[in-house]
Amino acid sequence: MSTLLNISKIDMVFPTPKGDFTALKNVDLQIKKGEFISLIGHSGCGKSTVLNVVAGLYQATKGGVLLNNKEVTEPGPERAVVFQNHSLLPWLTCYQNVELAVKEVFKNKMSPSEMKDWINHNIQLVHMDHATHKLPDEISGGMKQRIGIARALAMQPEVLLMDEPFGALDALTRAHMQDSLMEIQDELNNTVIMITHDVDEAVLLSDRIVMMTNGPAATVGEILDVNLPRPRDRIALAKDPEYNQLRSSVLEFLYEKQRKVETISTKKTPKTKVTEVA
Amino acid sequence: MTSVVKNQIVGDSTMNQLKQTLLSFNTRAKPVLLPVVGIVIFLFLWTLAASSINTSLGKFPGPSAVVTQMGNLYNEHNTEREKASAFYQRQEERNAKRVAKDPTYVPKTRAYTGKETFLDQIVTSLITVMSGFILAAILAIPLGIAIGLSKNLNTAINPIIQIFKPVSPLAWLPLVTMAVSALYVSDDPFFAKSFVNSLITVTLCCIWPMVINTSVGVASINQDWDNVSKVLRLPKLKHIQKIVLPAAIPSIFTGMRMSLGVAWMVLIAAEMLAQNPGLGKFVWDEFQNGSSESLSRIMTAVIVIGFIGFLLDRAMQKIQYFVSWDKSSAKL
Ligand SMILES: Nc1ncnc2c1ncn2[C@@H]1O[C@H](COP(=O)(O)OP(=O)(O)O)[C@@H](O)[C@H]1O
Ligand SMILES: [Mg+2]
Repeated sequence: MSTLLNISKIDMVFPTPKGDFTALKNVDLQIKKGEFISLIGHSGCGKSTVLNVVAGLYQATKGGVLLNNKEVTEPGPERAVVFQNHSLLPWLTCYQNVELAVKEVFKNKMSPSEMKDWINHNIQLVHMDHATHKLPDEISGGMKQRIGIARALAMQPEVLLMDEPFGALDALTRAHMQDSLMEIQDELNNTVIMITHDVDEAVLLSDRIVMMTNGPAATVGEILDVNLPRPRDRIALAKDPEYNQLRSSVLEFLYEKQRKVETISTKKTPKTKVTEVA
Repeated sequence: MTSVVKNQIVGDSTMNQLKQTLLSFNTRAKPVLLPVVGIVIFLFLWTLAASSINTSLGKFPGPSAVVTQMGNLYNEHNTEREKASAFYQRQEERNAKRVAKDPTYVPKTRAYTGKETFLDQIVTSLITVMSGFILAAILAIPLGIAIGLSKNLNTAINPIIQIFKPVSPLAWLPLVTMAVSALYVSDDPFFAKSFVNSLITVTLCCIWPMVINTSVGVASINQDWDNVSKVLRLPKLKHIQKIVLPAAIPSIFTGMRMSLGVAWMVLIAAEMLAQNPGLGKFVWDEFQNGSSESLSRIMTAVIVIGFIGFLLDRAMQKIQYFVSWDKSSAKL
């Protein structure tokens, strides 16, 4: 299959009071239609920056992003984003939050009754029909994230961008959300880029895992193909040798090849003391 | 043995009951009881202080003098109203008689020109403060939104706001009065000039806190919400209507409550200074009157002014609670 999204050799330089800061250097990645990509790397390496460039919220300093061979210059609903902190509008109910998106994206394409059905369909898809008319403050964090996903899915995006969508959730809720996401993905087969710092989540959900090097000037370090058959079951996979092999590859990349600089410097401290004593 | 156990259980349950009563006392009775205690102590100290201050207009008014005056002022109001309706009745009868005598006669009606009562002055002040406040909101909220959305506009206007904000609106009063006299010329003015003066003073006082709070609320909008709007490519007007305005409602209300409180204080002072109808004029007239009752009538006005100010803030708080999504910001 041909490339749907082409992240072509992008650099991202932020002007800061202390001078220019090169966050990304030569990030290059091609994504096919229907692929589920995880972006993994240590915190602060530049994952969100990549996602924001793809979303059009940031403009790359060098290089660019092509969707269907057309350059991305501004944000748009064909690249829907699920933000880390749900970002639901607190004055709108769950239904109204999704409605705001549907009304804008399908302005002249759907009748009011079609819109209503489409909104309800997407809320059902994330199993939130019991709280359709509740306000975000009246539901749990996991539920808010579900509505955030429903809102993004309701835009029928060509690429779904998710920035640590489950990062703020407890482990049980997170597992539940991952299962829901896999179920939705089986049905819709969306093209997805998901940022995560959870190794199990990356292996469980992805077709490919893109591992980023540490910043500054972060770039794509390694790419790991995950060919585990779908549907995937977390309990069965726990004993699967291939799964565990993939898992340790990611861990090896993160904790040996790209070990965070801070951990090295703390280990050095006692050594210098010893030399002083000697 | 069994009786001991029983006793223990009985003892436990009475203990529990006691705890429960104490708890319900703490949560339910305290919020009522403590203010009552506070007020009683205040009334006591006030009486004590009042009885030891002798002015050239007699003793400083204590609580009982104020209560008496409240009754007096209310009765005066009723008497005045009766006089007015009697006047209109007489006029009507007179006109009817003349028309009966001479069918071509066009009856004249004159308005009753009695003295404004305390209650009339309260109504005047309330209408003035609300009109000025609403005019300020109509001007300030759109301006605040524009400033909050545009960094350039903010940079351009901010120095002006910073300079005018600390100016007491009373300093504007002479200028406003002269400007209104010069510009507001009409043979049959719909609004009295004095009303327009007071209204503009109130507006000048309300406008700065409202502009500043609105613009701060708009400028500090959650980045995620802004991004949602960008991803949806909401048109500018829809962005303001659906995202910016609701997001800024809590700060807009903070500004409105702040300015209404100050406006009420400033209006009374302006009415005293400019002799414009309202509670301020009532206070000033009573002072000029210098009768033995004056001080207690002024003291009554002071308490009524305070009470109305309190009610105005309460009303704003209720509206805020009703309108705003952020219920926690609608607290006192
Ligand atoms: N708007 C910005 N201005 C300046 N520096 C930024 C900006 N956004 C991100 N950065 C910097 O770029 C680096 C990568 O950030 P980010 O993409 O948020 O990391 P991640 O999502 O992987 O945790 C960080 O060092 C961060 O401080
Ligand atoms: Mg991030």
